[in-house]
Amino acid sequence: MPEQIGFFTDTSICIGCKACEVACKEWNQLPGDPPKFLDGFDNTGKLDAENYRHVKFIDLVPESANIITGNGAAWLMMSDICKHCTNASCMEVCPTNAIVKTEYNTVYIQPEVCNGCRDCMSACPYGVIGFNEQAGVVSKCTFCYDRLQANMTPACAKACPTQSIQFGALTDLHKKADARVAALQAQGYDKAQLYGRDDSVYGGLGAFFLLMDKPEVYGLPNAQNAKLPSRNNAKGYLGAFLTAAVGVLAGLIAIRQNSDDSQRGA
Amino acid sequence: MAEHFVQPPHWEVWITLYFFLAGIAGGSYTLATMLRLWGSARDEATARIAFMWAFPLAVVCGALLTIDLGKPLRFWHMLVNTTPGSLGLNFKVWSPISLGSWALLLFSLFAFVSFLEVMTKRGNERNVSGAMVVWNVLGSIVALFLASYTGVVLSVSNQPVWSDSYAIGGLFVASALSASAAFLAFMSRFRSDDAIPTESRLGLADSYFVILELIMIAAFFVTLSNAGELWRETAMPWLIGWILILATFIPSLWTLTGRARGRALAASRAVAGTGTGALIVIVGVLILRFVVIYSAQF
Repeated sequence: MPEQIGFFTDTSICIGCKACEVACKEWNQLPGDPPKFLDGFDNTGKLDAENYRHVKFIDLVPESANIITGNGAAWLMMSDICKHCTNASCMEVCPTNAIVKTEYNTVYIQPEVCNGCRDCMSACPYGVIGFNEQAGVVSKCTFCYDRLQANMTPACAKACPTQSIQFGALTDLHKKADARVAALQAQGYDKAQLYGRDDSVYGGLGAFFLLMDKPEVYGLPNAQNAKLPSRNNAKGYLGAFLTAAVGVLAGLIAIRQNSDDSQRGA
Repeated sequence: MAEHFVQPPHWEVWITLYFFLAGIAGGSYTLATMLRLWGSARDEATARIAFMWAFPLAVVCGALLTIDLGKPLRFWHMLVNTTPGSLGLNFKVWSPISLGSWALLLFSLFAFVSFLEVMTKRGNERNVSGAMVVWNVLGSIVALFLASYTGVVLSVSNQPVWSDSYAIGGLFVASALSASAAFLAFMSRFRSDDAIPTESRLGLADSYFVILELIMIAAFFVTLSNAGELWRETAMPWLIGWILILATFIPSLWTLTGRARGRALAASRAVAGTGTGALIVIVGVLILRFVVIYSAQF
């Protein structure tokens, strides 16, 4: 059994160069969507079947009146990717079992098994999975499964010039992340925090992050909102069962009542 | 407060129609069984109509689900695991789509046998064997599941609105029963004079189902409000949809008030009997499916 591997993305040193996006597309032969001209330097928009990596540009430029020396924290940048959750929502709902855990404990969609029902898209809390119209199936980051099998580093981590994206054994990455966040907090970055390092979010993430603000600022659900779809199974079925039972009872009353009416009328 | 960062699955027209017709197929089968069990002998004509429609509707449901897939020829992957080295049946009790796929298959079997039974029988006399009644009862349990699980599919997700309410399964089964009662009342007009007396029973049943549906809509809104997501349903154009849905309840509720004033059969037949009231109810349920499905995605 290979060692459990992961990505540690340190957003504090991301410079938004998008080398990860380019390397990912190059390796995975993703043509990409037509470029968009969005806020900041974002021309990808979101993760989908053509973008397994997406560099987010989060605009925190203060109002001009509030700009003073020392509050120049204007941009947050983050190279987003599938989180390879320990308890993956997509995998939970997939009816075809096309979504599996690999020997590296990463989450992988088998394109030859998927039938394109898209239930995983409704379940993924990170909006990671996209539907490939041409292939008729869904797809997302594979963690460069083919490269892993050849003992190669995933393309995005290999290309990252600042080592914002680090690849390695998950236990080693946890240690590095702990040291880094402690150093940042010691420097006064009180909001610096690890996301997905522990099991508070989907049992822990294979691709975890060092964030410089709250998860919501980066478009990530916080621990209170990171819930599995199955949370509604029992309540949903119970509600349906009770309503059906009351419905049958109502039908019985209507049918019997009217039978009595018509018999009296006859 | 719930926060969502998901992408929509783009479940649109085919899924909306499937959710709608699965409700009518399941609801019709259930109502037919109820008419057989508790109705008078004269209700057999309408039960026969329901059993005749349930199977073709189930076939259409299967076709709609298949068309919506990105790979329609892989529809059987819902039932069979084709993962290399893991060949076997797919049955995930915690995945409503997995359960629903089996339910649709099973319901089709129940509906097919009932279809054969009524097609091979002459006239509308009620000479049903005990075994067939048991078959109908078991089929109705699957039918009710079919009518309701579609709502649970939506709830078991991370989409806004859908995952914020666990009342959608209940809402869908209540509305499915209402639409089915209206559908049978409407269809019986064209099929047989023997079926017409049952219209009033179905009209009254529909009124009760509409009250149940109203309660479930209230539950749906309360759960959304608790999650801080009610604004999505009260925003345009969905608000118009909800107003239309509530407007379609008027004929059914009017039937009920007519009964309360003592004009029992006359009132209920005034609405159900014209066919217009039944059509209004059916359209209302279609709008309900449309609004619930689309409002979470756009």
